[in-house]
Amino acid sequence: MNPVIALAVAHRVLRQLRRDRRTVALLLLVPCLLLTLLWWMFDRDSLVFDRLGPPLLAMFPFIVMFLVTSVTTLRERSSGTLERLLSMPMAKLDLLLGYALAFGAVAVVQALLAVGLTVGLLGLDVAGPVWALTGVAVFDAVLGTALGLFVSAFAQTEFQAVQFMPVVVIPQILLCGLFVPRAGLPDTLHGLSDVLPLSYAVDAMQRLQGSTGLGGDFWLDLAVIVGYVAATLALGAATLRRRTA
Amino acid sequence: MANSSVSVRIAHLRVVRGGKEVVADLSADIEAGQITGLLGPSGCGKTTLMRSIVGVQRVAGGTVEVLGTPAGHAGLRRRVGYVTQAPSVYADLTVKENLDFFAAVVGAGPSARSRALSTVDLNDAGDQVVSRLSGGQRSRVSLAVALLSDPDVLVLDEPTVGLDPVLRRQLWRTFAELAAGGTTIIVSSHVMDEAERCDRLLLMRDGALIADDSPRHLLAATHTSDVESAFLALVESGSPA
Repeated sequence: MNPVIALAVAHRVLRQLRRDRRTVALLLLVPCLLLTLLWWMFDRDSLVFDRLGPPLLAMFPFIVMFLVTSVTTLRERSSGTLERLLSMPMAKLDLLLGYALAFGAVAVVQALLAVGLTVGLLGLDVAGPVWALTGVAVFDAVLGTALGLFVSAFAQTEFQAVQFMPVVVIPQILLCGLFVPRAGLPDTLHGLSDVLPLSYAVDAMQRLQGSTGLGGDFWLDLAVIVGYVAATLALGAATLRRRTA
Repeated sequence: MANSSVSVRIAHLRVVRGGKEVVADLSADIEAGQITGLLGPSGCGKTTLMRSIVGVQRVAGGTVEVLGTPAGHAGLRRRVGYVTQAPSVYADLTVKENLDFFAAVVGAGPSARSRALSTVDLNDAGDQVVSRLSGGQRSRVSLAVALLSDPDVLVLDEPTVGLDPVLRRQLWRTFAELAAGGTTIIVSSHVMDEAERCDRLLLMRDGALIADDSPRHLLAATHTSDVESAFLALVESGSPA
């Protein structure tokens, strides 16, 4: 591992992003617009917005980052630059860390905007500290990035990469406890939701919503998310092949 | 040639892609400080052979040694430069941004960047976004990236396609200078008239070598006056020179 190279990758990814203003706008504004829509829907019942807001703060960055990362890395694979990089003195993990750092930085901005909007302007009421809300949203966005990096290995085209979203992301949304509390799921599905990372992000958000203190359970949820990020990045590195047929 | 040490040693190389044997039992020694031209019609296995030398190709048999170590070895990643046929650079970055990034990866300093830029004659285009450059300029950016690490072995897949004749001559002059400085240059082309600029020629057809000789000897052996006719003579006679 070489931090200089990982930082160079992150810098390069951000430079590329800077030229693509429309993507930046979509990345930063879409979660805000969706949360505003949600607030408007429950205009008459702010309690529902208080209940749904925090889990969705975890979910939108996750989905958006998953999509953006899987398409970006696929582009790197198909343009020949990935092969070139792998023929150079670069550790595979440096490349993935660079991507995670770059999109993590974008996620920080995205989460600050989304949390600032919902808590500041739309009056979302949570018991826990706002910085913790932001923190979970950032880690969740990085989780989306890590999963997107991994999944892009199984897509040959950008079209396929986008199709992975329903496969990888939607089951997690259905089972994360937003629609049915996880404890109320059939046993098998409950077990399944226990191994899906988004469940822990939503759990953490729900804890922040209900209680003022940051208990051990909150940190445990966060640790699980970080563990998933690390494991997925390692799996992603394993899918990069220096030698191909 | 003054320097006659072997830089790339290929022995009984066999590559199978998609169930088809694209390189069959190929052996050759490539010498340091020379320009070795890899010529043959498109689809004959040139790119696969080059990929095997760089170490990015999965091979079915045989060995490829580069600078005394197996091709693709971690220690070679700074010493072997590879330019693919399609320019492998970031289209949404400027020329300089591309070079800055790859320079950081190979650990080259800022002077390497300006040197590489001058070598490929792109000083004036440094601040342009690659996607707005012409095809020829893009492939020169790709070449500049390969030059950053000052490699001992430079593998170039059709580097002069689509370039204007003046620039083509200029690039060949650059290759000659690099070779004179000890760099091993392996360059593929399907334009036979470029062959005469090489010190040595490997003629390929259907995954096998049909000739491995200097241009002068090749023409003499086949009693021809240009490499294209020599190629045809070899194919028609059916026996290697």
